[in-house]
Amino acid sequence: MERLYFDAAHLLAGGLVLVSFVQLYQDRLYALLNVYAVHALVLALSVAWQAFVQDAPHLYVTAAIALVFKAIVIPVALHRLIQRLGIHREIETVIGVGPTMLAGIGLVALSMAVILPVTAEADPLAREDLAFALSVLLLGLLMMVTRRNAVSQVVGFMSLENGLVLAATGAKGMPLVVEISVAFSVLIAFVVIGIFLFRIRERFDTVDVQALDSFRGERQ
Amino acid sequence: MTLPPFDAVAAVLLIPLAAAVLLAFLPSYRLTARLNVVATLATLLAALSLLGGERPAPGPYLLVDDLNIVFVVLGTFVGFTTSVFSATYIAHELETGRFTPGYLRFYHAMYQGLMAAMNLALLANNIGLMWVAVELATLTTVVMVGLYRTHEALEAAWKYFILGSVGIALALFGTILVYMAALPHVGEGLDGMVWTVLIDRVGEFDPALLNVAFVFLLLGYGTKVGLAPLHAWLPDAHAEGPTPISAVLSGLLLNVALYAVLRFKLLLAANPDAIAPGPLMITMGLSSLVFASFMLYRRRDIKRLFAYSSIEHMGIITFAFGMGGPLANFAGLLHMVMHSLTKSGIFFAVGHIAQVKGTQQLDGIRGLTQSHPALGWSLVVGVVAIAGLPPMGIFMSEFLVVSSTFAREPLLALPLVLGLLVAFGALLMRLNGLAFGEPTGRMAPAEASYAPMLAHFGLVLVAGVYLPAPLVEWFQHVARMLG
Repeated sequence: MERLYFDAAHLLAGGLVLVSFVQLYQDRLYALLNVYAVHALVLALSVAWQAFVQDAPHLYVTAAIALVFKAIVIPVALHRLIQRLGIHREIETVIGVGPTMLAGIGLVALSMAVILPVTAEADPLAREDLAFALSVLLLGLLMMVTRRNAVSQVVGFMSLENGLVLAATGAKGMPLVVEISVAFSVLIAFVVIGIFLFRIRERFDTVDVQALDSFRGERQ
Repeated sequence: MTLPPFDAVAAVLLIPLAAAVLLAFLPSYRLTARLNVVATLATLLAALSLLGGERPAPGPYLLVDDLNIVFVVLGTFVGFTTSVFSATYIAHELETGRFTPGYLRFYHAMYQGLMAAMNLALLANNIGLMWVAVELATLTTVVMVGLYRTHEALEAAWKYFILGSVGIALALFGTILVYMAALPHVGEGLDGMVWTVLIDRVGEFDPALLNVAFVFLLLGYGTKVGLAPLHAWLPDAHAEGPTPISAVLSGLLLNVALYAVLRFKLLLAANPDAIAPGPLMITMGLSSLVFASFMLYRRRDIKRLFAYSSIEHMGIITFAFGMGGPLANFAGLLHMVMHSLTKSGIFFAVGHIAQVKGTQQLDGIRGLTQSHPALGWSLVVGVVAIAGLPPMGIFMSEFLVVSSTFAREPLLALPLVLGLLVAFGALLMRLNGLAFGEPTGRMAPAEASYAPMLAHFGLVLVAGVYLPAPLVEWFQHVARMLG
């Protein structure tokens, strides 16, 4: 039975890393949002499995938040936003798909190399979870730096937070206050970002961050 | 009927929170600006009452000790003086139409929200709660930085938001790793996040895991301290938001993030097998100092100039705490207090100057001592202080940092002194252009509030000449505590 617990958790956490990779090469905004929804869904499953394995009912709440809020509400809202702004065209990636994927593989290797040796004491379930979580976090970061579009940067940030939730639930018995706060911070972050996106649109008719970058703030 | 006993800790947290809710709904400008001042004053008084009196025993969420009281009192004091400055500043912004009454409600509510989040971060005994509070403080300032809704303000807020969130995400990962390290020894649940429990038991924790955790925490919270190479958000956020926000960013928020780093440094120092946190902090501090001091030369915007100077000084402070030992810690603590007071005082002057002149460009501001003697000379005093000239307090704290470094690591003193001298040259060169020579630009008389500036510079001057013995004793005690 132990074996099954471990394998299923492993499968789900590994699935999250896989979906992160799929996100990396999406070049259309709608497709990216759909993949993000899958990402959140896998997260919800993974958290629910942890809740079952650890016999920690409060984690089901976290799973429910991931399912309802991250997998449904946010993607739908962003869909609407994109429609409203009329920017459902291609994403410009700064560097190509190939190098990005290679960099992603490098980051996953890095997180394994960092986490596995230092967590020899921890129980194997938490240990693998943590390594996968760091991979998801770093892949989210990678996505944020390789994308120029404000919406896809936000998606990158949200998948990064998914990695954090995975890490928090993997750590056995971590107080609930932190989990809820993570979910809550996503909400606030989303509101803030929503305001930003609208303001950016209102003023400049674009959500392309590259257009913002041309302003260095120190022009004469 | 007896009143419930006065609880200073609750007051420090709840007054700003209640004020934030109230200010979000009140429409009138005059009333809200005053209420903002009253609320920050009440918070300051509550913080001062923490100094005397019984300290509550550390609970699972909150803690009052000698270390965080310094930060709380300093923070609420700067918060109070800034709210006085802000009242005059905002009145002018309303007249010129850069602010609308709707923004103003938002602005005041966020200001109080920042105060509440800051105090919560400082008083938290729970590393998870501390993280939540720092994140809240970040979000409130992001919104305020973007308040003008100009192109530059939006870019600044976006950059701040993205870099700040990445930093805060790394910090949370570090926090989770600390909990993982505590798990086998402290047990599951709340205890694994309570700082006072952790510090008692940290000697048993797995050192390797703590090391990795500290790297994440230093990078994460270091982003918020503005340490190079993670400082990119800081100059933009200072330059494009309303000036009171620049003052609280430099005077409060950077300190709060530094406080978080210090707490974790203490944890690491208490574990004999973990890496020494000092060298990492020394490296980041020195690189910030040297980098920022060279960058000072190329600034064309007055608020950016002083933002880079903030990076420089946070570098010095981080360096001093990284050196460790009673003397360097004392110097770091003193320097932090002096820098907060001086820098926010400078931003008060700069805010009024930029309003009078209608520009933030250094080229557009000349001969201030002739056209606006009071503002001009205040700026001169402020820059003399921040550049580290005697008799101001920063001279003394910088002198202590340098001399303690010479005594222990003479080689490290070389880049330190180099950075200080380079920054000194840049600031005096800029000051010469700003304050002296033929006045240019608009000559309209300034409507400024001088009291906050005078209070800050006065304190810095007094500290440079004479430090009261109880204060010295107290700082020495905290310095020993910091190891």
